[in-house]
Amino acid sequence: MNAAVLTAPTRREPYNEEIVRAFMIATMFWGVAAFAAGVYIALQLAFPQLNLGLEWTTFGRLRPLHTSAAIFAFGGNALLGTSFHVVQRTCRARLFGGDAAAWFVFWGYNFFIVMAALGYLLGITQSREYAEPEWYLDLWLTLVWVVYLVIFGGTLIKREEPHIYVANWFYLAFIVTIAMLHIVNNLAVPISPFSARSYSLFAGVQDALTQWWYGHNAVGFFLTAGFLGMMYYFVPKQADRPVYSYRLSIIHFWALIFLYIWAGPHHLHYTALPDWAQTLGMVFSVMLWMPSWGGMINGLMTLSGAWDKLRTDPALRFSITAVGFYGMSTFEGPLMSIKAVNGLSHYTDWTIGHVHSGALGWVAFVTFGAVYYLFPVLWKRERLYSVRLVGVHFWTATIGIVLYITSMWVAGIMQGLMWRAYDQLGFLQYSFVETVAAMYPFYLVRALGGLCFLAGALVMVWNLWKTARGELRDEPAIVPRVARLAAAVPQAAR
Amino acid sequence: MKLSHALIERNSLLLLVLILITVSIGGIVEIVPLFTIETTIERVEGVRPYSPLELAGRDIYIREGCYVCHSQQVRPLKDEAERYGHYSLAAESMYDHPFQWGSKRTGPDLARVGGKYSNEWHVAHLIDPRDVVPESIMPPYAFLAERTLKAKDIALHLEANRRVGVPYTDEMIKAAKEDLQAQADPNADTSALLARYPGATIVTPTRGPGTITEMDALVAYLQVLGTQVKFRDLPAAALKQ
Repeated sequence: MNAAVLTAPTRREPYNEEIVRAFMIATMFWGVAAFAAGVYIALQLAFPQLNLGLEWTTFGRLRPLHTSAAIFAFGGNALLGTSFHVVQRTCRARLFGGDAAAWFVFWGYNFFIVMAALGYLLGITQSREYAEPEWYLDLWLTLVWVVYLVIFGGTLIKREEPHIYVANWFYLAFIVTIAMLHIVNNLAVPISPFSARSYSLFAGVQDALTQWWYGHNAVGFFLTAGFLGMMYYFVPKQADRPVYSYRLSIIHFWALIFLYIWAGPHHLHYTALPDWAQTLGMVFSVMLWMPSWGGMINGLMTLSGAWDKLRTDPALRFSITAVGFYGMSTFEGPLMSIKAVNGLSHYTDWTIGHVHSGALGWVAFVTFGAVYYLFPVLWKRERLYSVRLVGVHFWTATIGIVLYITSMWVAGIMQGLMWRAYDQLGFLQYSFVETVAAMYPFYLVRALGGLCFLAGALVMVWNLWKTARGELRDEPAIVPRVARLAAAVPQAAR
Repeated sequence: MKLSHALIERNSLLLLVLILITVSIGGIVEIVPLFTIETTIERVEGVRPYSPLELAGRDIYIREGCYVCHSQQVRPLKDEAERYGHYSLAAESMYDHPFQWGSKRTGPDLARVGGKYSNEWHVAHLIDPRDVVPESIMPPYAFLAERTLKAKDIALHLEANRRVGVPYTDEMIKAAKEDLQAQADPNADTSALLARYPGATIVTPTRGPGTITEMDALVAYLQVLGTQVKFRDLPAAALKQ
């Protein structure tokens, strides 16, 4: 037999893992950029001098930069990368369309992000939250996304496994729904083919609901369905246990994607949106609590019989804490969508706190869990450079989140109460700017929380960099306390 | 034949189609009626398209991301009525492409800021907010007063708005440039401008006559916000949605 025939298949990796490695590096890079931008704009709210008097560095231009970097750059690269990994492994098929198509998605998507970010700094924006890029970039992203769908769907079609694994249902729902939302929400007429500026097709109340139908489902399908796909693959892998319940997966999936789409109007309570739409949005948001918790239970209970792994595997701790935060934010969300609560919470920093318990606690933590699992797999290393540093990252980041969300709860509820406070003579008790001044200590604590989260992420980048290089930190393995105690008992006493 | 989920999870195209159907329903039920139910937008008088200078100012409002910290939507709650004024109507943003309702009040709501402060106050406040409100955390926008407004293509902006449904007339589009100039010139004959855009605020150019700055356009926009519907003369039935 010809020697080349024997060596060729082994030299070429059975799956396209190079593309996954590229996406993971981009995830790390954009994660740090997004967290740093967040810390900076958080400090701007405490110290307005940090706006620097320059047009490119005002809060108004940097805030979309932060949100897009967090959602689309960090979250997006994590989703695209892990979906390419998961779909190949669970279908036992190499990516459809060849390596070139996959690389087009990688470079095309990251080009979109860089161009969008530059646009924000220069003031090019549609002013639609989480859909700020102008028409020409929207068209470009549509093209990239269609290629992504073709690669993902094509890989599903040519799979060697008879069944499509549950993680892929969620990834597919994420890809398809984001395409639908993106296209409808970005319908606009440019003033000329040579101008960046466009005017949206819809106006006022219809435009508002279209935008929040999009906006809430950017949360529902980008930040939830996609990351649930991640959960359904990586938690069972890390715990080395099957998913807790197959039936629950089915119910979780269909109920979640059906109900989520309806929840948008809860962003428009007490506005000029007709009451019937507000009520529908509220009712469906409350119902959404159930499939969300079904998913949480399915994720958490996957650990049954393997809970002890939490003691020794801090990467698994990230994934499981993420599921816990998912449960917490998906309880808080329905609560805040109730009109009576929303009347107090809306427009305040409570919403910002809620978003970050989801974004930091759920999205970022489940991503961290996945990348800690993936780096040794992708770079073919025996283990991470340091498992103990994962523990350091875990606690720094967790303390950061706690500082962040508690300060924003207190600040948000205080703000809401101050806005509606009356004095004994029946006048409004506070001028608006008094409520701004009262926020100062909470803005400081929030920035500190963000700083902790950023510091933890830098520890992770260091750890993963060393892992990719193949270095192993000389450190004692993490041994659970019970095992340590057992070892300490003298042989004779046993 | 026994119905089983296995059928779906063994057939990727079926899965894709079922997903697409499942996620379409909510949006169709909620959004489509907003275009078909006639009372979604209240029938009130007074809401007019933005004047060319206001429209240019609105573009700057969007460019600077003002909506990130300021809502434009007064809710029908007692404290908001006292702090800001009458609750916002759908009709008041019917020509807003895109809407600027916002989602956060790091600063106060601006839906009815028009006419509450003088032009001079707005200019001083935008140049350095802490000069007039010491506790403010708003970024300074002094550069707006330095920059000449780029409005050569203002007629194109009006046309694009007309294409998405704003009732700009041929006359309005033709006169766009003159109207823009007239609104930033206290000595100009503004009768034609005011006939086309009733209630438009004439601003005094911050850099002296002859040069319209981005600041002037933004102030013209801020001064029209929430002033078009005259709530005093409005019968309650007109507010029915």
